[in-house]
Amino acid sequence: MRGRQANPVLAVLLLAGLTAALGLAFVTQAPNRLISGVGVSLAKVIGAGGSRGWALTPALLLVAAACGAPTRAWTRGLTLLGATGSLAGLTWLAGTHASALLSDDMPLGRTSLGGGYWTMAVLCGLAAAEALRGWSARAGVVLIGGLFVVAPVVVMLLNGHLDALSLLKEYANRQEVFDAALQRHLLLVAATVVPTVLIGVPLGVLASRRPGTQPALLSVLNLIQTVPSIALFALLMVPLAALATRWPVLAQWGVSGIGVAPAVTALTLYSLLPMVRSTMAGLGQIPPGVLEAATGMGMTRAQQFWRVEVPLAWPVWLSGLRVTTVQAIGLAMVSALIGAGGFGAVMFQGLLSSAVDLVLLGVVPVVALAVVADGLFKVLAEWTNR
Amino acid sequence: MTATRAMDAMIEFQQVGKSFNGQAVVEDFSLAIAPGEFTVLIGRSGSGKSTTLKMINRLVEHDRGKILFAGQEIRSFKPEDLRRRMGYAIQSTGLFPHWTVERNIACVPELLKWPAARIRDRVTELLDLLQLPPDTYRGRYPHQLSGGQQQRVGVARALAADPDVLLMDEPFGALDPITREALQLEMSRIHRLSGKTIVLVTHDIDEALRLGSRVVLLDHGRIVQAGTPRQLLAEPANDLVRDFIGRADIGLRLLALDTVASRMRAEPVESSTAPPLRDTDTLREALSALIALGATRLPVVDAAGTPRGQLHLADLVQTAA
Repeated sequence: MRGRQANPVLAVLLLAGLTAALGLAFVTQAPNRLISGVGVSLAKVIGAGGSRGWALTPALLLVAAACGAPTRAWTRGLTLLGATGSLAGLTWLAGTHASALLSDDMPLGRTSLGGGYWTMAVLCGLAAAEALRGWSARAGVVLIGGLFVVAPVVVMLLNGHLDALSLLKEYANRQEVFDAALQRHLLLVAATVVPTVLIGVPLGVLASRRPGTQPALLSVLNLIQTVPSIALFALLMVPLAALATRWPVLAQWGVSGIGVAPAVTALTLYSLLPMVRSTMAGLGQIPPGVLEAATGMGMTRAQQFWRVEVPLAWPVWLSGLRVTTVQAIGLAMVSALIGAGGFGAVMFQGLLSSAVDLVLLGVVPVVALAVVADGLFKVLAEWTNR
Repeated sequence: MTATRAMDAMIEFQQVGKSFNGQAVVEDFSLAIAPGEFTVLIGRSGSGKSTTLKMINRLVEHDRGKILFAGQEIRSFKPEDLRRRMGYAIQSTGLFPHWTVERNIACVPELLKWPAARIRDRVTELLDLLQLPPDTYRGRYPHQLSGGQQQRVGVARALAADPDVLLMDEPFGALDPITREALQLEMSRIHRLSGKTIVLVTHDIDEALRLGSRVVLLDHGRIVQAGTPRQLLAEPANDLVRDFIGRADIGLRLLALDTVASRMRAEPVESSTAPPLRDTDTLREALSALIALGATRLPVVDAAGTPRGQLHLADLVQTAA
């Protein structure tokens, strides 16, 4: 009976975690930044006598939870606690190990998080997500649960326990660059999403009002979507540079062949397709009878639009805006290639100098931004749908 | 005579025509609908009955001829103003899914900027009229209602601003037979109580004969016959009408137009164990009861259960009345 009720998903995750713990390097360490590191197993990090093994005791909660039926509240609670604790323990171990290395004998030593750490961290996340999904389908609950899971790691980040890790050392060396990249990245996304909404929504409304315009509009937008992003940036450089030379006023406003202007233009062009499509889909799924009734009741065109069509199209449209925003957060990485800055600049610098931790310093915040934006939009969607 | 009639009519079609893509769907359509009349437009799919209805509130604009509303040409009104004076109910109900029952019903009064208190009272009154207890249903959303309840709300919404005219486009077409009949009775009652001018489109001949004070049969956009249910049944203009009203059932449908009271003999009843007929039952129902019970006569009682007399089987075939 117990066997029948066990949680197979969690068991598989645990098994995968065990494999990662035994088979992959937990961290890698090198005497300095330029030399590639040597893997260190989890067992070594824990210490010969298992002196730091207590940090992994939360994993036992996961083992216990795996024995119970996944539908029970206590197994979900246990899974969530176990995943949170395991993630915290793993991170603490990595931070502690890195500090030890620095203070021991290698003042310039670098400790990077290895495949083992990342795999186990992701598995903890999956276990927590599984438990949260069972708990409630509401995005607000999932978002708060997610914050709970990463909270201990954030605390360690803030109190300096992880400062000895190579990733944080790269951050310390480039704090100003990082902060500027964050600001620029957010600016790029905002400067993309706002015009996308302002242009995409009217186009979507037009396309659903006049079906005759759809083939032309959609084929243009689809065509843009098929142009690789780097090519699109390159294509925009020439006309924008020409504009700036022709009218210097535009150059004063920041229009030029490289930098923010072509980046935002290209990102907006890419974002238009999902925005127009979701506007059309939102308006298109309104039952025709509802529109006929609205007209038949004597609503004016504007009343019908604002009172009936907008609220009924809203959920679909909002999920389109979510996709558009998440896509823009990711695509903005590439725009660093034409000098628009953002986290892409950090990432490309890392790639060019083969510094994996610098690459991560550019990538991890973007992943976090995308996840948070996605969650916030889902919460907003629930909020506005009562 | 015709001039005064035109003045008095609530809605009047004068040689109205409508074409879609060069194909005439309504042609040379002339009809005057008097205030308080319950007109049923009936015909097969594509006969132009729905188009005709929608030309009244300008959801479809007519191409030829004139349509008058209360003596004035409908094009002299702003479409919104015209529509707010005409209730409109459709088969799919078209209830706004994001609004409560209350807000749905309040739609036109809100457009007309009635004061909030008056709207609230009106909603209560209409929910009562359509037998949806206001306290229970006011705050519900359409998806929380059954099909029949949704259509009741649809009718209440159409009646909300006390319109001069009620237009109904196959309002009961999607309902199961029992719910449909209940709502048809409801409509009859509302028509009697309110004296509203109602134009209803259907393809169900029983619905047409049950509800209409006048039935207009259309085919290929032209009127085939217009008259009272009795006229259609007793003097069908041609084979098409006969086909439509169901040749084999004409007699039974005629019986359905009259009540037991009209053929009953007010005579003392010999003691009988047979279940009595009600004087308000239709003769069709009475015939069915006579046959089912194998009787040649049945006692008749009124609503209070007081004996009124007897109905004889033989009297059903008399056409004296």
